[in-house]
Amino acid sequence: MFAVGFMTNAWITGTIVAVVAGVVGHFVVLRGSAFPAHAIPKGAFAGAAGASLLGLNTLLGMAVFALLGALGIGTLGRRDRRDVVTALALVMMLALGAAFLSRTTEYEAQVYSLLFGEILGVNTGEILPVALLGVLCIVALAVIYRPLMMSSVAPEVAEARGISTQRVEILFLLIVALATAMTIPVVGTLLIFSLMIGPPAAARSLTSRPLIAMVLSVCIALVTVWLSIAASYLYNWPVGFFVGTVSALSYGLGRGWAAWQHRQRRSVAWPAGAPVATAADRLAER
Amino acid sequence: MHQLLDAVFEPGFFASPQVHIAATIGGVVAIVSAVTGVFTVMRGQSFGGHALGDVSAAGGSAALLVGLTPVAGFVGLGIVGAAAMDMIGVRRLRSRDLATGVVLGSAIGLTALFLYLTSTRGTTTGAPQQILFGSIFTTTSSTIPVVAILAAVALGAIAMVCRPLLLATMSPDIATARGVPVRLVGLVYMLALAVSVGLSSLAIGAILSTALLIGPPAAALRVTNKVVWSVTVACLFGVAATWIGILLSYDSFYWGASHQALPVSFFIVAAVIATYLLAGLVARQRAPAAVDHGRAG
Amino acid sequence: MAEDTIISGPGSPVLDVEGVSVTLSGREILDKVSFQIRAGEFTGLIGPNGAGKTTLLRVVLGLQRPGGGQVSVVGRTGSPRQQPIGYVPQKVLLDPDLPMRARDLIALGADGSRYGLRLPSRQRNEAVREMLHAVDADLFADARVGNLSGGEQQRVLLAQALISRPRLLLLDEPLANLDLRSGQEIVSLLARIAREQQIAILLSAHEMNPLLPVLDRIVYLAGGRAASGTTSEVITTERLSALYGHHVEVLRVNGRVLVVAGDPVGGAAAAAGPAAGAG
Repeated sequence: MFAVGFMTNAWITGTIVAVVAGVVGHFVVLRGSAFPAHAIPKGAFAGAAGASLLGLNTLLGMAVFALLGALGIGTLGRRDRRDVVTALALVMMLALGAAFLSRTTEYEAQVYSLLFGEILGVNTGEILPVALLGVLCIVALAVIYRPLMMSSVAPEVAEARGISTQRVEILFLLIVALATAMTIPVVGTLLIFSLMIGPPAAARSLTSRPLIAMVLSVCIALVTVWLSIAASYLYNWPVGFFVGTVSALSYGLGRGWAAWQHRQRRSVAWPAGAPVATAADRLAER
Repeated sequence: MHQLLDAVFEPGFFASPQVHIAATIGGVVAIVSAVTGVFTVMRGQSFGGHALGDVSAAGGSAALLVGLTPVAGFVGLGIVGAAAMDMIGVRRLRSRDLATGVVLGSAIGLTALFLYLTSTRGTTTGAPQQILFGSIFTTTSSTIPVVAILAAVALGAIAMVCRPLLLATMSPDIATARGVPVRLVGLVYMLALAVSVGLSSLAIGAILSTALLIGPPAAALRVTNKVVWSVTVACLFGVAATWIGILLSYDSFYWGASHQALPVSFFIVAAVIATYLLAGLVARQRAPAAVDHGRAG
Repeated sequence: MAEDTIISGPGSPVLDVEGVSVTLSGREILDKVSFQIRAGEFTGLIGPNGAGKTTLLRVVLGLQRPGGGQVSVVGRTGSPRQQPIGYVPQKVLLDPDLPMRARDLIALGADGSRYGLRLPSRQRNEAVREMLHAVDADLFADARVGNLSGGEQQRVLLAQALISRPRLLLLDEPLANLDLRSGQEIVSLLARIAREQQIAILLSAHEMNPLLPVLDRIVYLAGGRAASGTTSEVITTERLSALYGHHVEVLRVNGRVLVVAGDPVGGAAAAAGPAAGAG
């Protein structure tokens, strides 16, 4: 599992993807941007079809659609309900994708791997671009870290300080778009968001401190990806299945641990109808 | 005048049995989606409504694998997924979206597995596309009874709980004070949503399922002030968009030299989005004060 | 609406809170709080911010289970409450997208807990008209609720709570965001309703002066403990000092009450808890 050539590529790329997903995902969860994190890569998938139709590089098509989706959601999402805008932007991109697909047949073979990832098929030449894009994502996040944190946690205060929350939102979504575009070939459009939700959400159930949560998020994402690669190699089942399942499990374990902690603190047992506030929720309230 | 009509309705449109089936199924699905969609948008559950489409698709791939009828898979797993989302989900919007995301992620993972297992048995190619995109023109008349029954079930459930649901959506605390079983009512709604989305994903594909669930209701909510009107207008918008989309898709076969029709999903989505944007313009004309949604929803 | 048969007699309390204690996140918010409210009594729940007023209201509503003690509404314990309680929360962020006019929201208060589709009813429309008038909301009856101002929304929510003819009405800090005149109007309206319809009203506030003229009873919350009785019984130096756990002075200045902490001789006196209302 460790000696074979293509497996090394898989381990390396998987690690890079997990780190980026863990960091970006931390903010996705913080900002409650689960839907855009799902919609952007899914829409990007349609872009690949369009690119294939035009004879261009599919990765380029995906990146373009991902960025357009991010811009659309960011700009319109201010005026109208954000979840409605996300849904409509998504279906528009998918509808275009369906239109493109109806015109070309050459693209079909790639569909499965683009949707669910083909990490075991990554070749050495792809590692460097993926790594560079990953670094770019993290650097971008570091640059906007403070306005991002402030507008995520206390938007009115941020506005008062002169931070344009809309601009921050657009920048953030663009970073998400970049992160998903670079990881799509590895984990697939449908599952990158799973890595950006499960591990960070689990991390937040375990701690309230932001930087520790981010580190934990990366660690859990790494464990998820490594386990998935190993399992996929051993059982021949698609890596995407393990990613989705392990992410969900880590989320469940995190929630369970937080609930257990809650009970340990001698506080009142919550009645069935009342909301269960986890550390994550209290963080969201702040 | 004749020429105009001929240009709009290409030959054989009204006679085509495929068009009849598509219009019937599309119309019924549009209505169910509009009704459940109004509550979905009001409750800020657009992600859930979309996610259930993918969860249903996982059910569809499972059904394909074990040889069950697709309906059982789509609606069955949809119901399980909806129950899971409701149980894990917490009242606060963000935590609820996270729970939705996690259930969705698991479902997609399962879809990956099922499709892989199906392909190793060498049966269908293009299955991922079929499941994800679907097509209203490939459904047969045999699906009509099933669609009708499921639609009736979903509509009936919503009709039963519409008032407590509205009260609970407005303010869960006030509803509890009045004796409304808020959790139960929310669960009933989620199950109705699961049935509605399961049936629409099966009949018209995943893209249209979300489009008709969110678009027409969102448009209707911007231009109406009473729930009854919102539901009615949403149904009108939805059915109109569906029928116009079917017409244009049929006509597109005759456009250009390639004689290749554009998929109906493309046109219906275009119609839905056009309606939404127009409704937005109308709403802003009436009330120029922009409402800042910021973090809402 | 059909009234449940009530076993308790006319003199028994509508709301009976006995020894309620609540601990949240390791902090003791309420410590053996006890009081009763009878029909027609307009009671103020007074206390500084963070004293636990909202928590106490949530316990009464059944939204929060207490660690100790019990609450009975019209002689019945158990949650969810069988007897509907009218409730006007502190801040209902009414979604601007909610397609409801003020009139519709009030109508929903009348039958929002009923299942099935709503049939048109002249009786209900009459009741809604009455309520709109009672809370002085006729002018904006057909406006979308999301577009109303905070004070207007509150009046509509009050009408929505009253139309169901509850035995008990709870209001969480209704005066907090109102100007003085609107606040006084609401307070007189509530006092009249309590009297005429024999509804038990519990209203929480952190400033007691606007309420003192109309309150029948007061429940004063401080340090997690409560003192209840008439205002002259409760608002005394001795009782409040016992409640706060340190010495406070109750001063009556120009017909207003000022609760002041600190030693009158030497050390700085700082206003503690509910301060005098302006003008």
